[in-house]
Amino acid sequence: MKSNKWLLLMALTLVLSMFLAACGGSKDEDKPAADGDDKDKDAATEEPEEKQHAKDEEGEPDAEQVLHLAESAAIPSVDSSIVEDAVGFNVLNNINEGLYRLNQENIAEPAMAAEEAEVSEDGLTYTFKLRDAMWADETPVTADDFVYAWQRAIDPATGSPYGPFMMSGVVENATAISEEKMEVSELGVKAIDEKTFEVKLERPVPYFLSLMSFGTFYPLKEEFVASKGDAFATNSDNLLSNGPFVLTKWDGTGDSWTYVKNENYWDAENVKLTEINVNVVKDSATAIKLYQDGKLDRAGVSGDLAMQYRDDEEAVIQPETSVFYFKFNQERDGKETPLANENIRKAIAKSFEKEDMVDVVLANGSLAANFLVPTNFAFDENEKDFRELSGNHLEYNVEEAQDHWKKGLEELGVESLDLEILGGDTELSKKMDEYFKSQLEGNLEGLSISLKEVPFSVRLDLDGNQDYDIQVSGWGPDFQDPISFLDLFVTDGTNNLMSYSNPEYDKLIEDSKGELALKPEERYEAFAKAEKILLDEDAAIAPIYQRGLIFLHKPHFKGLVDHPFGADYSFKWAYMSGK
Amino acid sequence: MVKYIGKRIVYMFITLILIATASFFLMQTLPGSPIASYNKLNDTQKAIVEKKYGIDKPKPVQYAIYMKNLAKGDLGTSFVFKGKSVNDLLAKRLKPSLILGAQAMVFGTIVGILLGMLAALKHNTFWDYGSTFLAILGISIPSFVFASLLQYWIASEWHLLPVGLWNDGWKSSVLPSLALAMGPLALSARFIRTEMIEVLNSDYIVLAKAKGANGFEIAFKHAFRNALIPLITVLGPLAAGLVTGSLVVEQIFAIPGIGEQFVSSIMTNDHATIMGTTLMFSAFLIVVIFIVDILYGVIDPRIRVSGGKG
Repeated sequence: MKSNKWLLLMALTLVLSMFLAACGGSKDEDKPAADGDDKDKDAATEEPEEKQHAKDEEGEPDAEQVLHLAESAAIPSVDSSIVEDAVGFNVLNNINEGLYRLNQENIAEPAMAAEEAEVSEDGLTYTFKLRDAMWADETPVTADDFVYAWQRAIDPATGSPYGPFMMSGVVENATAISEEKMEVSELGVKAIDEKTFEVKLERPVPYFLSLMSFGTFYPLKEEFVASKGDAFATNSDNLLSNGPFVLTKWDGTGDSWTYVKNENYWDAENVKLTEINVNVVKDSATAIKLYQDGKLDRAGVSGDLAMQYRDDEEAVIQPETSVFYFKFNQERDGKETPLANENIRKAIAKSFEKEDMVDVVLANGSLAANFLVPTNFAFDENEKDFRELSGNHLEYNVEEAQDHWKKGLEELGVESLDLEILGGDTELSKKMDEYFKSQLEGNLEGLSISLKEVPFSVRLDLDGNQDYDIQVSGWGPDFQDPISFLDLFVTDGTNNLMSYSNPEYDKLIEDSKGELALKPEERYEAFAKAEKILLDEDAAIAPIYQRGLIFLHKPHFKGLVDHPFGADYSFKWAYMSGK
Repeated sequence: MVKYIGKRIVYMFITLILIATASFFLMQTLPGSPIASYNKLNDTQKAIVEKKYGIDKPKPVQYAIYMKNLAKGDLGTSFVFKGKSVNDLLAKRLKPSLILGAQAMVFGTIVGILLGMLAALKHNTFWDYGSTFLAILGISIPSFVFASLLQYWIASEWHLLPVGLWNDGWKSSVLPSLALAMGPLALSARFIRTEMIEVLNSDYIVLAKAKGANGFEIAFKHAFRNALIPLITVLGPLAAGLVTGSLVVEQIFAIPGIGEQFVSSIMTNDHATIMGTTLMFSAFLIVVIFIVDILYGVIDPRIRVSGGKG
């Protein structure tokens, strides 16, 4: 009897603990919103996206082709019309395929298209002949699948953010449709026959073919999407693949998923991996431990760990195409700020040493940037890097900075200035801000800097309201053209948000979209000129660095291809050798 | 008693409604939009997307709609996990957290109680000092330090258990549960020890001894039961301890749990998920407090939950 009571007590305690145990949650100090990994980058994001550089060394593929990877966030969506984050685009790129795909050299080459597109004289009509490719259910991929997908992406009823963003001003009538001023059926796309797809553009778009590798433009089979209804793309059972892999074991919100080879893929014979297991690992230290334990073939090294591991023999530096810079806000609360003064901007832009910053503070393979359009990103007709064309701007130069500073203060009629730097709240961002503060205050007499460090979403909000002086901001491109960066700072640009305006700059950008659109050489010259105006002449922004990431990468994992925009990488050519 | 329980349940619902209301309006003050690439659209396009997700409506209307759905048990649709119901999301992510938390609580409290009893019965001996030392360690060192130590030695160095991830059956749960168990273990041990020493020195125990009851019977029948009351009381705050611990521990062991989801939903302005997780946590806590109150009466019949009349 006595012991029965005791047992009862224990049982009750157990029941109780079941309830207690279920609760969870608290503050996490150092993590940026991985899911919000929008292309507008959080400065010095500590979570490296899975990104990678192609290993060139050859090796015999192993018998077992199974890869183990970690992602930094769960998959929010794989509905190609809806996806707006890095992880989603990564998955799409590996399970589906558009008219073009970025190849191992990161050049867009025909994929679902059988051959290079036929472009009309005026650059406004593109005709694609489709290859005999199959969906994973063994039905053919047709031109109608493209028409359907593109219309779906622009249809306001879909609520897609990337559809309007990618198509507006590019595909005929896209803007009007996205604003509910025209019918979806009026979008400039047409299935001429089962295997011929025609697109009409609003203006010549020189980088249009590279867009064709972007997830938003992938085909969708209407019959399949309609049959699934609301369940479409909510888990791996409700997906239809036409790419190198098929997604499995994804429950829609979970932290793990698996890719298996798609035997119905048109180029299946060149796909070597049979299985890729992915787990979400947000903590870099954990990813490294799993890597060292042989559970992962590749692990991102972020934050302070970067310095510790950058000399590891399995460490690879992955340059990215995201560029970070100071935005100088010229108008706050309806009043001009001291940063409306050109000399003040130039003084600040030239007064901090960037090399030391990337080597010592960031220490993660980032490059010092004296430019806006990143290096190794956009190439001209002769495959020459745009950077060679445009050169360096706003390099570190204390003497010039101090001259500008003196002049600026005189023009403003003041002897000292208090300015605020708005930055991210990750540990790395904070370290970086401290560095800026000491550099700027040390080099410019009479300047005092206050630091404001906030989470990513708060920073976006302050940016939107132009409620800051100097902001550490960044941008990652959505397509392979300098315009992806230069378009940001035209007057009234949706991302300008600092009251910068230069008619000459606007004209150059406008021309690049209009009369120069079909003259690649002059167009690139216009870009170079625009960049010079933006940086050297106006110092509207001050470039800081081009982000790099460090990964630990097993030598037996070969052939992974990373991309400068859109999806971060392709597994299509990857294989295991000598594991 | 039935009346009392009925009344408490009504109060619990009212509390929950108040929490839902407060968090709904507090959440609206979060800066930023739940649509990640919002800043890429022009104003007309923004308005259309907002309409599509129903966030264009006035706040009170949104609130009314939310509460109506909540009454039906529908927590809404996640903004981040596109088109997926929050109920589903929570259910899936709750499981690993529940398993870890339950194991940690069961293990922690049982071992803690045993240690505490040992310390009390062998008062001022090596056993006492040893278990006290352990308890102090457990209280003062945060769970993520234990997590890292366990991960480093047991997994990385000795390869006895997995380093992390949730794909190796029960093995995956051992280390995180152990790390989480240190808190409850230490607290239970401290409480049981203190209370039992006090109880063991009281008159009625002396009387029991005088009547010839043996030590074991005294310890369990009399001392332990009395010592349990304060322990049950701290189980509430202790649960809160587990709550805050599990986020970090989940992250260290890469466990797809709920604690981590809560934080990331706040970071991404995923309104429906923030509401869902908040309400779920609140509901758990309210229920736990209720059960604790009921348990008082079970453990010590002198405590009357139903008030003076009963």
